[in-house]
Amino acid sequence: MKHSTFFWFFLPTGLAMLLFIAFPIVSVLIQSVYAPHEAVLIEVENQGPFGITKSTVVDQEATEALRAAEPLGRFVGLDIYFDRGHLALAEVGQAWSSSASMGEFFSALGNLPFYRALAFTLTYTFTATPMLIILGFVIALAVNTLPRALKGLTIFFSLLPMIVTPLVGSLILFWMVDSRGVIGSFIQYVVGNPDLSLKASTPMMWISLIVYGIWSSAPFAFVVFYAGLQTLPQDTLESAQIDGATRWQQIRYVTIPHIMPLVTFVALIQLMDNFRVFEPIVGFNAEAHATSLSWIIFNDLGGETRLLSSASTTSVLTIIGVAILLSPVLVRTWRDFNAKTH
Amino acid sequence: MSVAQRKSPALRAALTIFLIVWLLMAAFPFLWTLWGSFKVELDFFSITDWTDALTGPRTESTYGSPFTLVAYDGAWVQEEFWKAGINTTIVCIFVVCVSLTIGTLGGYALSRSGYKYVFWLLIMALIFRAMPPITLVAGYLLPFFEWNLWGHLATAAVVLVAINQPFTLWMLHSFFMKIPKDLDESAMVDGCTRFQAFRHVIIPVMWPGVITTGLFSFLLAYNDFAVTVMLLEKENQTMIPKIAGFLGTTQTEGNVMFAVAAVVSATAPLFVLVMFFQRQIVSGLTAGAVKG
Repeated sequence: MKHSTFFWFFLPTGLAMLLFIAFPIVSVLIQSVYAPHEAVLIEVENQGPFGITKSTVVDQEATEALRAAEPLGRFVGLDIYFDRGHLALAEVGQAWSSSASMGEFFSALGNLPFYRALAFTLTYTFTATPMLIILGFVIALAVNTLPRALKGLTIFFSLLPMIVTPLVGSLILFWMVDSRGVIGSFIQYVVGNPDLSLKASTPMMWISLIVYGIWSSAPFAFVVFYAGLQTLPQDTLESAQIDGATRWQQIRYVTIPHIMPLVTFVALIQLMDNFRVFEPIVGFNAEAHATSLSWIIFNDLGGETRLLSSASTTSVLTIIGVAILLSPVLVRTWRDFNAKTH
Repeated sequence: MSVAQRKSPALRAALTIFLIVWLLMAAFPFLWTLWGSFKVELDFFSITDWTDALTGPRTESTYGSPFTLVAYDGAWVQEEFWKAGINTTIVCIFVVCVSLTIGTLGGYALSRSGYKYVFWLLIMALIFRAMPPITLVAGYLLPFFEWNLWGHLATAAVVLVAINQPFTLWMLHSFFMKIPKDLDESAMVDGCTRFQAFRHVIIPVMWPGVITTGLFSFLLAYNDFAVTVMLLEKENQTMIPKIAGFLGTTQTEGNVMFAVAAVVSATAPLFVLVMFFQRQIVSGLTAGAVKG
């Protein structure tokens, strides 16, 4: 295809991505090194009953004028990155030198909002992902043995947790797990503690969120693996059986190697998607026990005072995290492409 | 093949039980919430006995029947959820139509050009696909406030189209790669321009791929929360931010049932979608995997 033809075909979509994805990234980068203007202060003298007192007040007009003239704010370099709300270098250094043990150090880190969110985001990403892969694989194996008539219906119901809106799905689960919901009451009954409540327990909240993550993404793994099972080499399987391989050995040495590339694919996609975990925290009303990087951005941006600089800084840090997770995919795509063209 | 199908009864039973448990996990929450949405709050979130949610004694004593539409009435009429429904419909139709139109053109171009920059464009799209949408929102707000674009349905729809493009491009790219190049090239040998070849040869055969991609565009627009909650005003919110709004304001007033009814209402279209397009959804999910 000629360059000029390509250009015109690609222009609309390219323009959309440039304007609404590439530019915002640049804009986020710029905002993260600017802080809002401080209020302009003036000193006024008050004639009081006990003589003249001086007081400092905010000059509303001058402040407004300054903010209107330079909406970006003032340049502060990397200050916001290192402040208490983000990387908190000073606090981390202090915690490091004052903590007697690693446990104490980590609990000090847990009080810093960024590290608290990072801890949950990483825990969620790296526990939910492997577990949903295993669950998806077992469902795929089980569905594959079903008679044809039942397969369609099973796939239909299995798809639901994934298709449903994340916020809606998490709300549905939350209402059931809540202390007054059906699963919540059941857990209270089993544990024998009628006061046990999701809202009051950090470990329970983390577990519920991770269970939600597995529940909502296992169908994706299942569908991909199920498609992979349809292309399983039957002759290899048969020769394995003739050689006396047990069922477990067949799965271990024939099925799993065959679908291994798919496992990598699902793992990479899910690592990226789980890293942005956000809606379940809103749905579960979990911010007292678990926050994520995306949730911090959301929290900064919402409300009356929109903390753009702070949100932008967290966004940049999140993007760096995504980039680290994405790097294996990029290397793989690069290799694939070179293999195809050379 | 025949040997492979033979299984011990114990294994068969274990697999069946496992599947039943999984299906319960997958479907039961939806059925439970659907059932409960016709109850009053004290039944669905019963303090005394969980079976209240099934039988609805308080619903019966208040409204004379174990089922009531009060929650739906509250959400749709009193809280004007219907407006949010209309907004969601508008946004979804716009996003699907526009992102398919420009995505088809772009995906076709990517599949028919052999230059190196195609690879870099695809890589860029992959990186953009990995960006959490909420990280971009911080970048939208300031310019949108400055230019008075914030709060309009159209702005949110255009942003969703753009966020949708990377995925759409990848999907349509791999789909167009499967359509033989000879098809449009022979049309061009016969004197068609590239666009005419696209118009008369490719468009008639591309519908299966476009429908599958369209489904996923729809899901993205419909399910979005991060972008719409930040870019829309309260007055023209779509359904998902509206539901989140119910939680903030009405949970304290004891009207959490409005949210339950709204949640059930928002799930219903997705239910129908999966029912009719199950095959396309499955093939769309596997398209990326089997290829890469």
